[in-house]
Amino acid sequence: MAVEGRTPEPAQPAGFRAFWARYSPLFVPILAVITALIVGAVIIGITGGDWLAAYIGLWQGAFGSPRALANTVIRSTPYIICGLAVALAFKSGLFNIGAEGQLYAGAMCAVVIGTTLKLPPILHIPMGIVAGAVGGAAWAAIAGILKARTGAHEVINTIMLNYIALRLTDWLIRSRQPLLLGDPLDTSSSRTPFIAESMRLPNIRLGETTALHAGILMAIILVFLVAWFLNRTTIGFELRTSGTNPNAAKYAGISVPKTIVLAMVLSGSLAGLAGAGEVMGVRYAVSTDFISGVGFDAIAVALLARSNPIGILFSGLLWGALLTGARLMQVRAGISIDVIRIIQALIIMFIAADQIVRWMYRIPQRKPGEEVLISKGWGG
Amino acid sequence: MTQNGQDRPVVLEARGITKRFPGVVANDNVSLKLLQGEVLALLGENGAGKSTLMNILYGLYGQDEGEIFVNGAPLRVSSPHESIQRGIGMVHQHFQLVPVMTVTENVILGNEVMRRGLLDRRQAGQRIREISQQYGLPVDPEALIADLDVGAQQRVEIIKALYRNADILILDEPTAVLTPQEADDLVRVMRTLTAQGKSLIFITHKLREVLEVADRIMVLRGGRVVGETTPAEATEASLASLMVGRTVLLRVDKEVARPGAPVLEVRNLQVRDDRQLMAVNDVSFEVHAGEILGIAGVQGNGQTELVQAVNGLRSAVAGSIRIAGQDVTLASSRTVSELGVAHIPEDRQRDGIIASYPLTDNGVLEYYYREPFARGIVRNEQEVTKHAQDLVTRFDVRTPGVHVAASSLSGGNQQKFIVAREFSHPLKLLIAAQPTRGIDVGSIEFIHNQIVHKRDEGVAVLVVSAELDEILALSDRIAVMYHGRIVAIVNNGDLSRAQLGLLMAGVSLKEAMVLQQ
Ligand SMILES: Nc1ncnc2c1ncn2[C@@H]1O[C@H](COP(=O)(O)OP(=O)(O)OP(=O)(O)O)[C@@H](O)[C@H]1O
Ligand SMILES: [Mg+2]
Repeated sequence: MAVEGRTPEPAQPAGFRAFWARYSPLFVPILAVITALIVGAVIIGITGGDWLAAYIGLWQGAFGSPRALANTVIRSTPYIICGLAVALAFKSGLFNIGAEGQLYAGAMCAVVIGTTLKLPPILHIPMGIVAGAVGGAAWAAIAGILKARTGAHEVINTIMLNYIALRLTDWLIRSRQPLLLGDPLDTSSSRTPFIAESMRLPNIRLGETTALHAGILMAIILVFLVAWFLNRTTIGFELRTSGTNPNAAKYAGISVPKTIVLAMVLSGSLAGLAGAGEVMGVRYAVSTDFISGVGFDAIAVALLARSNPIGILFSGLLWGALLTGARLMQVRAGISIDVIRIIQALIIMFIAADQIVRWMYRIPQRKPGEEVLISKGWGG
Repeated sequence: MTQNGQDRPVVLEARGITKRFPGVVANDNVSLKLLQGEVLALLGENGAGKSTLMNILYGLYGQDEGEIFVNGAPLRVSSPHESIQRGIGMVHQHFQLVPVMTVTENVILGNEVMRRGLLDRRQAGQRIREISQQYGLPVDPEALIADLDVGAQQRVEIIKALYRNADILILDEPTAVLTPQEADDLVRVMRTLTAQGKSLIFITHKLREVLEVADRIMVLRGGRVVGETTPAEATEASLASLMVGRTVLLRVDKEVARPGAPVLEVRNLQVRDDRQLMAVNDVSFEVHAGEILGIAGVQGNGQTELVQAVNGLRSAVAGSIRIAGQDVTLASSRTVSELGVAHIPEDRQRDGIIASYPLTDNGVLEYYYREPFARGIVRNEQEVTKHAQDLVTRFDVRTPGVHVAASSLSGGNQQKFIVAREFSHPLKLLIAAQPTRGIDVGSIEFIHNQIVHKRDEGVAVLVVSAELDEILALSDRIAVMYHGRIVAIVNNGDLSRAQLGLLMAGVSLKEAMVLQQ
């Protein structure tokens, strides 16, 4: 804990200093992002690029036109929902690395419902959403039950379940003999059949050329739902309590194993919803190169927002914006899209090692109970 | 040990220290001098600002005003690193050890970088053995912290400070968690330390200890120094009133109990501990409505496991437990609690409170799902807040508000809040394990009276305490536990303090009776 070089606090800091001492910890994530962008600019500069042109391109590519904005929002949606999944698990003291696999499980279940049933949209859309949630929940429940029953660490199990989900999806799509979930009409056998029109999410029109599927609405609703659930319901209280201090939870009459399973199920159902949303609003099928990596980036999204659901709305948007804007940045400044990946990695680094940011901006040390949640998950 | 201190050098001096937290002035212009080789006892009510002052000296908090001098030179940077460098060590009220690591690893933790990246475990173990010999602090350097009892963990904390060459040692309520035996050992250690030139600041709520070891006594109230004295001039009563600002009755006034029907019936109970050893062995007893049964015994003789079993937190191997006529041997802790059982756990930090939660949430830790705190699954924040405010007022918990994190309360105030919470619901059975650990004399008086009051309302009360004084003050009947068995159940008054002490040490009842004569 000891950090050197801290000067003694002078007599009652006044004005800005007092304000900074009190509220600056809230800015750590924002400062981490800014710092990462600055370091990113330096990297671009060193490698001979024009960082200003790059960042202007990045901005315009993400927010410069209604079209760009819509793309950003669409791109962000799965990050927001999956970020919620990871955050809910964090708050319950669990490190769900398996959002990726749960997302695939949800997406595949949605595809099954979308390709086999014939229903009017009013029934078909809810069915698809439920199927996604159930698929993700079931996949996550395996890790939850293993942890509750045997104490097996969820990190290991969810990683393994990720592999299984990805490989299983691959096989289900590619297999021709027998034909499983692949599309017989697709010669490259790299995707499932498209889902029925009746299960596709309605579009929200923005002007002439731009459309936004209703997935973002679902994401926003989920943000508030999860925030409400965690902070305002008794079940949310049970999850948080078991996550923060399992001993005290036990003494308070809470069944910790039960809450572990429940937390994983809820987290998984959110990840599954993210997958179903992608299927129903964007791609209408699952392909072998489905949005891979979302489940992992969601961990960063959740960390950046310190597992605060409202914060995830913004960190998810940031993630989507960085990825969406990267294309125009590439065109404008001739810089590889990988720079965006580097910036994202830097953001994660500065969040995880927030001591650096705190030291740079003279932000007071963490108080007990304020530590970045990631360290809790490993405590097992 | 009182010597003329005039000729001894001042090793540590604080001048005009002020520290404010949101809503409280924890230290208000406090000055203090510590002479070489002395024990300075720091007394004060819960929340008086003792730990805060010590944390400032140790560099954990920066002060808002005031200066600190070590051996005459100002301490400019406030960080533990700097304070350690200057020879200040601290043993905290709540230990700071890593349970999954060994003694050696814990001791060198944070100090290991100094060795050019090379961890010389053997040499470290050797030094730990030397320190432990020199100051009479027996401990196995290879043992895991998790396997050590509290007394041993505390010795590790002291060794940790000495390993860093501390000449000034701050001990924040070191005896609160110790058995009387261990506390005596600690007093001996303190004497050895001062004899070898170390200087100590000693915080405790046990006035007897203060009179026994201190050279000088300083009393804080509401963040200010309200008095300085020496053991020669003071008595327990004078110290108590100086601390609290009024006279304190150092014993409980209570009428004779009128026991009713049995509420808790334990029959031939056997319970294993975490290491699968039989911790509770064939224990039978009853607690009746309207009486207080005190379980006396040196800590670690099965009391913890017994209480856990009764609360449904640990399963029994054999035997039965009935509460209010209902068999709860296999019941969950939730079921037991819903029968009207309240439980003050012995380890408040681990089991009783969630440090990062506000008092509001902590106030409903067991009852969060019941009316009026929730309807269905939706919490009623207003009721939760009102409840916390109620607890704070009724038990005089010193806090700037109910929305602050529990961790910002002083140790004793956390305990008072837990006691308040457990008292706040209709009860049939109250199980209080170390209910006044870390609490100041004034509040002990208050809590003891509340326990007696519950008894008079017809609640069955089971008190487990390592303090024989507390057992004698509260109990109507006393059960002595030794090595997992109840070796005697007697009426309070039938045996002398000394006889009870013998029973706790494993002497049989018959022998104890004989030895008395
Ligand atoms: N980190 C903190 N944040 C806010 N308030 C604090 C913090 N630490 C202490 N306080 C407040 O400062 C006051 C003094 O607390 P302190 O812990 O020094 O008391 P204490 O004398 O050690 O009491 P106890 O005997 O109960 O341990 C209390 O009112 C407490 O609520
Ligand atoms: Mg204290």
